[in-house]
Amino acid sequence: MTDEIRFEHISMEFPGVLANDDISLSIRNGEVFALVGENGAGKSTLMNILYGINTPTAGELYVRGEKITNFSPKAAIDRGIGMVHQHFMLVPSFTVAQNIALGREPKTAGVLFDNKKAEQITRELVKEYGLEVDPSAEVRDISVGLQQRVEILKTLYRGADILILDEPTAVLTPQETDELFDVIRRLVHEKELTVIIITHKLNEVMAISDRVGVMRQGKLIGVENTCDVDEKKLASMMVGRPVLFDHLEKTGVPGDVAIEVDDLYVADNRGLPAVRGVSFSVRKGEVLGIAAIEGNGQSELLEAITGMRKINRGKVTVCGADATGKTPGEIRELGLSHVPEDRLSTGVDKVASVTDNLLVGKQKEKRFNLFGFHQRRSTVERYAEELYEKFDIRGAGIHTEVGSMSGGNMQKVVVAREFSFDTPVLVISQPTRGVDIGAMEFFHTRIIEQRNAGAAILLSSADLDEVFRLSDRIITLYEGKITGEFRADEITKEEIGLYMTGTGEGAKA
Amino acid sequence: MNENSWNFWTVASSTLNQMLRSATPVALAALGGLMTEHAGIMNIGMDGMILMGAFTAAAVSTALTSAALGIVASIVFGILVGLFFALFTVKLRSDEFIIGCALNTFALGITVYLSRTLFDSAGISNAPHLGNIAIPLIKDIPFLGSVISGHSLFVYLTWVLVAAMWLFVYRTPMGFWIRASGESPETLRTAGKDPEKMKWIASILCGVMCGLAGAHLSLGNLNGQFGQRMVAGRGFIAFACVIFGGANPVKVFLAALMFGFFDAIGLQLQSSKLVDADLTSAIPYVITIIMMVYVVVSGQRKRERIAKQQLKKLELK
Repeated sequence: MTDEIRFEHISMEFPGVLANDDISLSIRNGEVFALVGENGAGKSTLMNILYGINTPTAGELYVRGEKITNFSPKAAIDRGIGMVHQHFMLVPSFTVAQNIALGREPKTAGVLFDNKKAEQITRELVKEYGLEVDPSAEVRDISVGLQQRVEILKTLYRGADILILDEPTAVLTPQETDELFDVIRRLVHEKELTVIIITHKLNEVMAISDRVGVMRQGKLIGVENTCDVDEKKLASMMVGRPVLFDHLEKTGVPGDVAIEVDDLYVADNRGLPAVRGVSFSVRKGEVLGIAAIEGNGQSELLEAITGMRKINRGKVTVCGADATGKTPGEIRELGLSHVPEDRLSTGVDKVASVTDNLLVGKQKEKRFNLFGFHQRRSTVERYAEELYEKFDIRGAGIHTEVGSMSGGNMQKVVVAREFSFDTPVLVISQPTRGVDIGAMEFFHTRIIEQRNAGAAILLSSADLDEVFRLSDRIITLYEGKITGEFRADEITKEEIGLYMTGTGEGAKA
Repeated sequence: MNENSWNFWTVASSTLNQMLRSATPVALAALGGLMTEHAGIMNIGMDGMILMGAFTAAAVSTALTSAALGIVASIVFGILVGLFFALFTVKLRSDEFIIGCALNTFALGITVYLSRTLFDSAGISNAPHLGNIAIPLIKDIPFLGSVISGHSLFVYLTWVLVAAMWLFVYRTPMGFWIRASGESPETLRTAGKDPEKMKWIASILCGVMCGLAGAHLSLGNLNGQFGQRMVAGRGFIAFACVIFGGANPVKVFLAALMFGFFDAIGLQLQSSKLVDADLTSAIPYVITIIMMVYVVVSGQRKRERIAKQQLKKLELK
């Protein structure tokens, strides 16, 4: 094997941030190289340099021995480098063939776009690489898994023999992930491509890669043969200290029912039914996890329960009281706290300080005000300090503007506020989205602490591993209906995947 | 025409004739507006672009005593105003809405100012203008001849441009790039094409089309006149046509024809003296807006119905 790509002392500085710090790395011809690291470790930046989107501020890049001086996506494409971005680079209203041909269109009469030829080219690519997809379908009408195939076909059409995949499995079901890995193996073995895969899922690194490079805070920490390391080792390299992926100790027995949802119907923003006749209940001292692919009604369901969305039919009971049609404030009074899905829009006030964000919802408490209108600022700040310590929030103190903090610390502010209400019911959505492994461990421990202390927890997460790790019971949602209910220790991820796509056996419709 | 000689066919043909005439400036500007729309730029500055184009055409035509040079000048001006618009909205990333408003306000002031300075009057009249074209053979066909024949060059040019623009947008690689630059600019960038460049091109094309729309108003539609209020909101109607027609040149042209039709009806009513003139001139605007709202809303309803039916089908499975 020869060196296909060589980074030599590459640095990339954005205003105020050193995203890549003196990185030297060789990637060999015909290997699957995994690049892992936490959010903001600089993986994507490094790959954007290779793909010509970023021009490094220092250092040299060699592709097949040739020194690169001209950084642009066009030059990278000409060099045979293809990239499948985390957010797909597709034009939704164009067909599959038009997307594949974009930028290198076949023409008739010298000027006109030749749609037939584009579709024929697509069919040939489909046949050659065995990636089945309909050339004339509009991209907005096909599934995320198929869209990813279009992305891969697009890079192959452009003659890529070096393929960069940025977080390719983030949006896929377990089945789609397996299919993708089969495709990658085929491309490497049969077509001799070099594949670089950016990820933070360590089990995938173990499953697919030949070698792995770990990045942390802009630096390349180490490069290992995948067969020489295990997940634990990689995790501690990523975080910079040993990560305890220990079993979370779950204690106690479930108590009374605290949330009950009965035959619930909720519409989405377009007025179409998103939740269609969902019923379940959660007891005190247990975690009920919702496993569903994005857009199958889980967001609308949680919004309806917490009072943020209108309920069309059905009933929600929180701690024995009817919560149907109540406002979020009234439902909170019943004993419910909520860690919302999108912390930026509904979790925090970005321009307010940590203190003010922690205070929200508690302003009326006697200890924080005098005669009902004067805020006891020093008490509030002492309280904020206390939570700041307890929840290990890292920033420039309690006066920091929340919007300037990292995703993980912002989430800690939200969790600190919500968990400190000490309510019997917790509704938690996407607790660790965009959060690094170190903080993830922290949140998981906290959630289980609340569970063991007797809280009823309803959890929704796009990360299936997380759902498995935290839940006692799991329900799967597909197109707004519950397709299955399981004890978390009695089912595998693969089986759950089937129910999430509505194909599970015995799915109750 | 007097009351006695009232004849349905005469009124119908003159109404349709006027429809084609009235639709033309709106259609020309809308053909430009759909380019910026595709490129993802919200362009509410067309009204000002048309007004300045109309002034440029009339002024140059007067100064050089040539309508042809007046039109050439309006095209050159269109390129400049397109560059100016792109400089702010694309290069300097200013707010499109503000720049559009600024263009409209600026146009009202600068044209009158220049008109007073250069011609000692707030408006221009009697500039050399375009004649009407009588199309051989067609002009002799009863009814149809009097509808289609006898318009200024711009009316016919618009028809050609509608077809050309449709081909450009939906059948050429650059059309694909311009659409991609608005819908998903990063996709275009990773395909090795520069989305900003496409936005510049769209903006320039829009300037040119608005310049032509202006030239038509002063040199084609009227007999070489310019007045501050002559555009009368047609730039906004053009914008509405763009949205209504989904930025598809053919549909956008049909929307412009709809405006033209009601404008013509308004003019007929005005000449009949049955209704107050101020009211009749409002008719095309009011009806066009109502029609557009109706069509857009019913389109949405239809899509929702289809979506609901599909969901039902899924449930039956």
